[in-house]
Amino acid sequence: MMPPLNLVTQLLHVLAAGLLMISFSMLAQRRTRRLIVLLAWQGVVLTASTLLVAVTAHLQHLYYSAALTLIEKVWLMPWILLRLMRRLGIEGDSDPLVNIPTLMLVGLGLVIFAFGLAQPISSLATTVTRQTLGIAMAVILLAFLMMIARHKAVTQVIGFLAMENGLFFAATSTTYGMPMVVELGIALDLLVGVFIFGIFFFQIREQFDSLDLHQLEALKED
Amino acid sequence: MNALALVSQLGGVVLAVALAPLLAGWVAQCRAWLQSRSAPSLLLPYRTLRKLFRKDAALATQASPLFRAAPYAVFGAMATAAAIIPSVTTDLPLARVADAIALVGLFATARVFIALAAMDIGTVFGSMGARREMMIGFLAEPALLMVLFNAFLMFGSTALPTIVKGTLDADGLTLHPSLAFAGVAFVMVLLAENARIPIDNPGTHLEVTMIHESMVLEYSARHLALIEWASWLKLFNYACIGFTLFVPWGIAPRTAGPLGLLLAIVWLLAKLAVAGAVLAVIETVSAKLRIFRAPEFLSMAFLLAVLGLLVHLLLQS
Repeated sequence: MMPPLNLVTQLLHVLAAGLLMISFSMLAQRRTRRLIVLLAWQGVVLTASTLLVAVTAHLQHLYYSAALTLIEKVWLMPWILLRLMRRLGIEGDSDPLVNIPTLMLVGLGLVIFAFGLAQPISSLATTVTRQTLGIAMAVILLAFLMMIARHKAVTQVIGFLAMENGLFFAATSTTYGMPMVVELGIALDLLVGVFIFGIFFFQIREQFDSLDLHQLEALKED
Repeated sequence: MNALALVSQLGGVVLAVALAPLLAGWVAQCRAWLQSRSAPSLLLPYRTLRKLFRKDAALATQASPLFRAAPYAVFGAMATAAAIIPSVTTDLPLARVADAIALVGLFATARVFIALAAMDIGTVFGSMGARREMMIGFLAEPALLMVLFNAFLMFGSTALPTIVKGTLDADGLTLHPSLAFAGVAFVMVLLAENARIPIDNPGTHLEVTMIHESMVLEYSARHLALIEWASWLKLFNYACIGFTLFVPWGIAPRTAGPLGLLLAIVWLLAKLAVAGAVLAVIETVSAKLRIFRAPEFLSMAFLLAVLGLLVHLLLQS
């Protein structure tokens, strides 16, 4: 019925599925605080999958990037975001633009699209994790959807970070990760990005008394 | 061999009917412990049944025969369902007659009867509860079917014993990511279908929130006893469906003798104890949703199950 897979591949598939599940719960989540927690969990799953690939493929540099993921995405980023939330005093619900069941249906469509798209590409790859490319693309698209469907600045940044998680997973699953220099660069970029976003949040709130990005669409009168 | 099959078939039903109140009592006890209340006795459901069966039934004057028949129909549907779920052994002659889709149909039959009986008297609470129950039901049923389709797709059969056999015969541990999705979806459906906390609270009589309780308000004595027993049996059945799909280890294969069956019963008790405790934890840590959030909750379950199907198709291709 199906080809026998070894345990490592199966574990990787389970982790990939976990990543997808977390993406979907992020899509359905209303509370910003829970979103940040989910983002941290996504980082944990990402670390585990990277470590697993590193152990199976005996790749030195993947150990480093796993450690980097652990520090940056599980600890540092959520910590900064939670601090920002506390400083800005935003705790309440962030209502999505579209109602959640519709959003989930759109998300499901995106998943089908991503799986279809990945099918021919992954048949060309030779890594142990090639089948998870579809899931990685689905995670990226779902994060995109989350950014589009939310109208608070903080949740959009969380969507952005989730998208980066998806890209990172795509990189590890298809080509055993990017070169170390590139990865370090991206990690630093993200970190700086989050800092700049934090400054932006304060600026936006000072100008408009709200973090709702729809306020940015209106032109100032005077 | 045939005699043993018959015995295990009948024994399975009797066991389910006898153990269902115990499971309900165990869940209530775990909940009480977690909420640091003093726990009710494990045998409280049995005492409730005895008390109710002794009383005289009071019926509303405008009650139709349907109202009297409904408890028996509901209990019968649940007992039949217990007959086709391989909880102890896969050697069930009746399971060949009805597959898992018929099982969903049996649950639906019970739901229709109880909803009709609730509307029969014509009280406001009854019809309100019936309408809410139908709303939950029509959202939960497709989700349950999708969960079952996950297993069907994996083992190429709609019969529950074949699915159990498929998992038990597989050499070595195979991890199925799609079953993880299906498992989460199944737990959500179980909570919704058994009037558990995120959707309904089995322990409350607060008018605005109750669903299941408001439907059975008009029942008394033996009718109420049967309804209560049937709802405990439903929880038991759902737990056993969960075991057959996700943790079938311990279920006796077709070739097992009487000793194997006894061992399987011990396994079943252990699994039920764990499942009841987990259910109590879920109920304690989650808050009851507004009724208008229920569609969101159940559509999430449905979509997770569909995702499971998709992941299966992607990863096994």
